[in-house]
Amino acid sequence: MTEPLLDVRQLSRRFAAVDALKDVNFSVEAGEVHALIGPNGAGKTTFIHHVSGALQPDSGSVHFAGREVTRLAMHQRVAAGMARSYQITNVFLGLSALDNVALAVQGRQDAGSSFRFWQAARTEKRLFEEARSFLEQVGLAKRVETVAGNLAHGEQRALELAMALATQPQLLLLDEPMAGTGPEESARMVELIEHLARHVTILLVEHDMAAVFRLADRISVLVNGRLIATGTPESVRADPEVRRAYLGDHL
Amino acid sequence: MAFYRPAPYQKPLAIVLLLAALALPSVLSAFGQEFYVGFATRVLIFALAASSLNLVLGFGGMFSLGHAAFFGAGAYVAAICMQAGISDALLAFPLAMLAAGLLALLVGALSLRTRGVYFIMITLAFAQMAYYLFVSARAWGGDDGLPLVGRMTLGGLSLSNDNALFFTALSALTAAIVFLGRLADARFGRTIQAIRENETRMEALGYPVFRYRLACFALGGALAGLAGALLANLTGLASPNLLQWMQSGTLLVMVIIGGVGYLYGGVVGAVVLLCLEEVLSGFTLHWHIGLGVLLLGIVLFAPKGVAALFGKRDD
Repeated sequence: MTEPLLDVRQLSRRFAAVDALKDVNFSVEAGEVHALIGPNGAGKTTFIHHVSGALQPDSGSVHFAGREVTRLAMHQRVAAGMARSYQITNVFLGLSALDNVALAVQGRQDAGSSFRFWQAARTEKRLFEEARSFLEQVGLAKRVETVAGNLAHGEQRALELAMALATQPQLLLLDEPMAGTGPEESARMVELIEHLARHVTILLVEHDMAAVFRLADRISVLVNGRLIATGTPESVRADPEVRRAYLGDHL
Repeated sequence: MAFYRPAPYQKPLAIVLLLAALALPSVLSAFGQEFYVGFATRVLIFALAASSLNLVLGFGGMFSLGHAAFFGAGAYVAAICMQAGISDALLAFPLAMLAAGLLALLVGALSLRTRGVYFIMITLAFAQMAYYLFVSARAWGGDDGLPLVGRMTLGGLSLSNDNALFFTALSALTAAIVFLGRLADARFGRTIQAIRENETRMEALGYPVFRYRLACFALGGALAGLAGALLANLTGLASPNLLQWMQSGTLLVMVIIGGVGYLYGGVVGAVVLLCLEEVLSGFTLHWHIGLGVLLLGIVLFAPKGVAALFGKRDD
């Protein structure tokens, strides 16, 4: 069997007296959509923070693309091919959609150094052409010049996704991409993620169960910082412990 | 906030003002007011120093309360160069920039690990350490400062002529403004402005944030060093007072009056503050009261600073 793209081993983290994460073993195979679900406060976002490098674990390790990244800073993990979107929209509200994505393209290692002090970035056609193509991918082709703060909420979520894509990740960490979107926007987002999943591996944290069961190849369930089940959507749906702890009336 | 973008009339206005500045010495001598050439040079030098702080504070978002350390270090390097027989500014000025830049690199490398109030305090602490270092350095004059035996030469040109020094300072300021204007639009400028807005997001886009902030901080330090070297030539003295926190405060006030994050913020602030000082101190020793009123007025009625009227930065 080939090595998983993301392999989290025995990850633990305590906040004061609370086990936010306890001995979590978790892996994402290359090419799959792996959803992480769990009730509010289960530690899903904390887990994403540990994978992306925003937080450091007390013990355990994170391996990505065959190397250990536990102690690497966030920007180093991004350079290694890991990108994330945020639960709460986190884009540059004062910049146009295009400038937002162009920043993401510019930050990539193969886009060259950002220690350039003289040439106006505006004249670097490559940056902006590429940024445009990412905006097209997420369906924002018509909103290129719109200031991000003036985009609708669902569009901002899509922009967030375009920025993550622009870093050309192998693994996309999506923290509740559907958060706060209406039913129509959600449906569009599901389609978009389905489309992206053909090119990139996705770790998806989401509350919308319809979306999760439609998108995920595998599902893991986190409850009180412990991973209680991992498996195909069918097996997780049937798992008695999962039903008891969490799903119950959702299914 | 968005990236800095100048208003369309800013460039022509700046060129007109530059031409006016070029004519200033002749105009002053026509009216027999040569004394003011020295004052104008002082304004230009402080405009450069404040602009260097504006790079760090306005574009980089780093609230440094120790910027005067680099300003003063530049002045001392100039004085030490003179003492050592290096009287050509073409060598001494780059040395001053290098030394001040390296000092900023060192201070930045340590203090940029902190944020918020801690950053303000630690930059202040480093600057005060530098101040006391120079106060106690007997070889460099201790708290009397280190006088320069004369002014430097620039290539073959002697700067002992007031007009020559004025034009040197004007060239330095112009070059710095042109450079900073280009920088704001270039990759580096966009990077540091975006870091100012949201450093975590930039980190999550793969930017090594610390490195960019440090480079910005050191660059600001180097420009302040150039201003310091010019000032030492003007006043003929490198005084430890130049490194003191009061001096950092003055530069901060200039930037805030002029406009934080506006290309001409430092220039406008230096002109307003120094002219105000010149005029008011003719009437009363307590001219600071007038300054206080002005600051209040700025904060209340033009919170983005005077240069905000000339530059555009849509929020």
